[in-house]
Amino acid sequence: MDTQTQFCSFQLADLCFGFDVQRVQEVIRSPLLAPVPLAPPAISGLLNLRGQILTAIDLRRQLCLPEEEDSSEGRMLMIVCCEEGQVAFLVDSVGDVIDVDESSFESPPENLPASVRPFLRGVHKLDSSLLHVLDIEATASALNHEISL
Amino acid sequence: MSEGGGSDFQEELVKDFLLESAEGLESFERDMLAVENGENSPDLLNQVFRVVHTIKGTAGCLGFNRIESIAHSGESVLSLVRDGELPASKEVADAMLRLSDALKAMLDLIESCGSDAEAGDFAELRELLEAVRDPDFAATPVEPDSVSAAEPEPRSEAEPAAEADGRWGLFGDEEPAAESKEETDTQAPADERWGLFDSEPEPEKPVPPSATESSAANDAPEPAGRSGPVAANSTIRVDIDLLDRLMNMVGELVLSRNQLLQVSQKRDISQSEVSLVSQRLNQVTSELQQNVMKTRMQPIGTVWGKYPRIVRDLAGELGKKVSLQTFGADTELDRTIIEAIKDPLTHIIRNAVDHGIETPDTRLAVGKSEEAQLFMRAFHEGGQVNIEIIDDGAGIDGDRIRRKAIEKGLISEKDSELLSEREMVSLIFLPGFSTAEKLSSISGRGVGMDVVKTNIEKIGGSVSIDSVRGEGTTLRIKIPLTLAIVPVLVAKSAGQRFAIPQVNLVELVRLEGEQMESLLEKVYDSPVFRLRGNLLPLVFLSKALKLSAPVAKQASSISIVVLRAERQLFGLVVEEVCDTEEIVVKPLGHLLKGLPTYAGATIMGDGSVAIILDSLGIAQLAGVLNASKPESFATEEESEEAGNYGMRNSLILFSLPGWGRLAVSLDDAERLEEFEADKIIRSGRQESVLYRGGIMKLVRLADHLRVASEESSQEQVIVYKIGERFVGLVVGEIHDIIEESVSLEPAGEQDGILGSAVIQGEVTDLVDVPRILKAARIDIPQNVA
Repeated sequence: MDTQTQFCSFQLADLCFGFDVQRVQEVIRSPLLAPVPLAPPAISGLLNLRGQILTAIDLRRQLCLPEEEDSSEGRMLMIVCCEEGQVAFLVDSVGDVIDVDESSFESPPENLPASVRPFLRGVHKLDSSLLHVLDIEATASALNHEISL
Repeated sequence: MSEGGGSDFQEELVKDFLLESAEGLESFERDMLAVENGENSPDLLNQVFRVVHTIKGTAGCLGFNRIESIAHSGESVLSLVRDGELPASKEVADAMLRLSDALKAMLDLIESCGSDAEAGDFAELRELLEAVRDPDFAATPVEPDSVSAAEPEPRSEAEPAAEADGRWGLFGDEEPAAESKEETDTQAPADERWGLFDSEPEPEKPVPPSATESSAANDAPEPAGRSGPVAANSTIRVDIDLLDRLMNMVGELVLSRNQLLQVSQKRDISQSEVSLVSQRLNQVTSELQQNVMKTRMQPIGTVWGKYPRIVRDLAGELGKKVSLQTFGADTELDRTIIEAIKDPLTHIIRNAVDHGIETPDTRLAVGKSEEAQLFMRAFHEGGQVNIEIIDDGAGIDGDRIRRKAIEKGLISEKDSELLSEREMVSLIFLPGFSTAEKLSSISGRGVGMDVVKTNIEKIGGSVSIDSVRGEGTTLRIKIPLTLAIVPVLVAKSAGQRFAIPQVNLVELVRLEGEQMESLLEKVYDSPVFRLRGNLLPLVFLSKALKLSAPVAKQASSISIVVLRAERQLFGLVVEEVCDTEEIVVKPLGHLLKGLPTYAGATIMGDGSVAIILDSLGIAQLAGVLNASKPESFATEEESEEAGNYGMRNSLILFSLPGWGRLAVSLDDAERLEEFEADKIIRSGRQESVLYRGGIMKLVRLADHLRVASEESSQEQVIVYKIGERFVGLVVGEIHDIIEESVSLEPAGEQDGILGSAVIQGEVTDLVDVPRILKAARIDIPQNVA
């Protein structure tokens, strides 16, 4: 069990999350997003990435985390490649690339709320904190409709 | 798999082989049909020989022994024909077409599983090829008859099915499990078709599995971009000159970028330097854009190639004689559109041969030639591509269509009595309509003309049908050149910009101040607007999209964008209409596919994103469409017009200083514009303005009607389009646009006045626009008058 994986870590409401670094195309400062009326609330808008129109998903809403007080100010977008194309995830801030070993992985606990369950693959136990590993395909395709804000 | 699964190099070779063979076979079929029709120039025969020879050779090299051996049999027949030892008879052509089918089936197999080992041995075809080499073969009618009569049936049924399977779906994005199932499936019918033929007296037998599969495959999403003939679809041939030009321009682009980088690093940047670079960048990008668009353009002939074969097989099967002629095969169209019209066209052609064209006996009985003519014509007109499919068959029996529609409950008996012949014929576009009395295997496969219509409308096109009973039917399709760039109207609601495609746009109405209160009425709770006497249901965009209204809600004016959806009109209320613009349509991501109100998104000049509205989606969301009003009926407005035989005119009412009521016809006018006085350029006595990237001459109506002209700070101008140029008619003040039946009284001696009429209870003079423009020495082509 010496398989090393690299995760691009990011912060969301004091929690540390990670995407497989291979899937992250780039990280940009969030530009002004064009809102999409009638869209599910987790969709925060559209952005123009060098001539390509991408949909931005607000990860806080998608993962049922509390709204940030001074939202949209200085938040970051992670452009992630998934099967259906690229998707932008709105996150609070982006951290380092973290090397983890397969052995530190653990499945999510049973008492995880059902609304978050499909998105969370498990956690990696880091020295001082837990790195939440998200299922990119699930997070980027199935929109969480159960969010109550 | 030993042959196919080798190195990358081997795979590459196989891919090339598949691609080349698919292209070769396409031209092979075309040429063979020509040979069958009695054309037997040495060139043509050489060409067909070469195709088979190449396939044989390459297949041998790559170790596809079955292809090699069957191609060899075919080649030996063709070499006899080429050397003049065997006449190019119908039987030979038939055998060759079957050879082509067999080769295609094997190529498909190679593509899906990498080997032709499972392809069956095509014993029947082999025998036929042997038999055909005997010059006396044609004299023994028993076998060819059974072959040509029975064979095409499963073939023509199975062919589209196989196509649908292979090209459109199942392989593409499904699990390997499905793929292996698919293999066995394609193989089974293949065996039945060519191998076990004799023991299979019912030709329909092999059909069901593939037929059901074809419907399943049709449900699958669009082309996955693999498999034999698809190989041809996923690649495109580009002129090397064009490619060189593109490369050149990309070089220019890089230079411009370098220049820009240099300029941006300077400490003090001068305005002129920046504008120089941006000008150059602008030039390069627009040229690049044009040329890249060009690479996507393909002659429509690439789709037409397969129709002669379809028509031939179908006609043979139905015992009809049809000659298909195509015109304008070099008309160019965007690739995506070519893909999109392929299936509708096939359906139309099949319909024409199956329903439209009569049997030779019937044709002779009504005094027509035995052989029916089927024309396909494509040409450019007004920025659109027109495709016409014309047959000289029986035409469409309007009454029968009407009865059928009543029978199926699509219209009521009462409504149907009001229909004109043309409207009756158009009923075939209603969903759920299929005239075939008994479902024939050819056209009655559940895809009616309504699907053809929806598919063509999906790409922004339109279909119309003209039919003269006993003389034939003409089907006209109009499609845009490209889907990528569309003209839109940019409108604002709740501070957000939206783009509305101009295809759906009918007119704009602006209400100001008090009018807003007085002219917006309510039926119970639903807002409506009286548009020239008819109630127009209104949809407030901000409400429909649940936009958060801006804080200052005392907008001084609103605009009603009158849109058409399913032939019904509704008004979309927005706060501000900004401009018209040509935009590049970009798809919305998969996450937003479920929203019917949007047709896509676009990037505006300032780099921000604007959403493109779908008028139909919005109308449905707001529920303004009247479901009980069948869509193929003319709207009330239209039928009323028809009732008056076009006497109802749309007029622009305006006044000149000292001349109260004047009118011109709205139909000829291109647009109404307003120009600031300081935008008007004078050269000598001629006034002009810059308009849409060109110079537009202005003609002052007052001068020509000999009224004192008064210059104001805002000139209202009616723009006419003459040929490619615009001409502006400066009128005093535009008051209204009305629609009325006008009876014209001859005018007095006043030059430039057509006559007078009573409009809205007052005497109004109609201006003779062509005459005025002529007097202003602006050449007018006939059609404006």
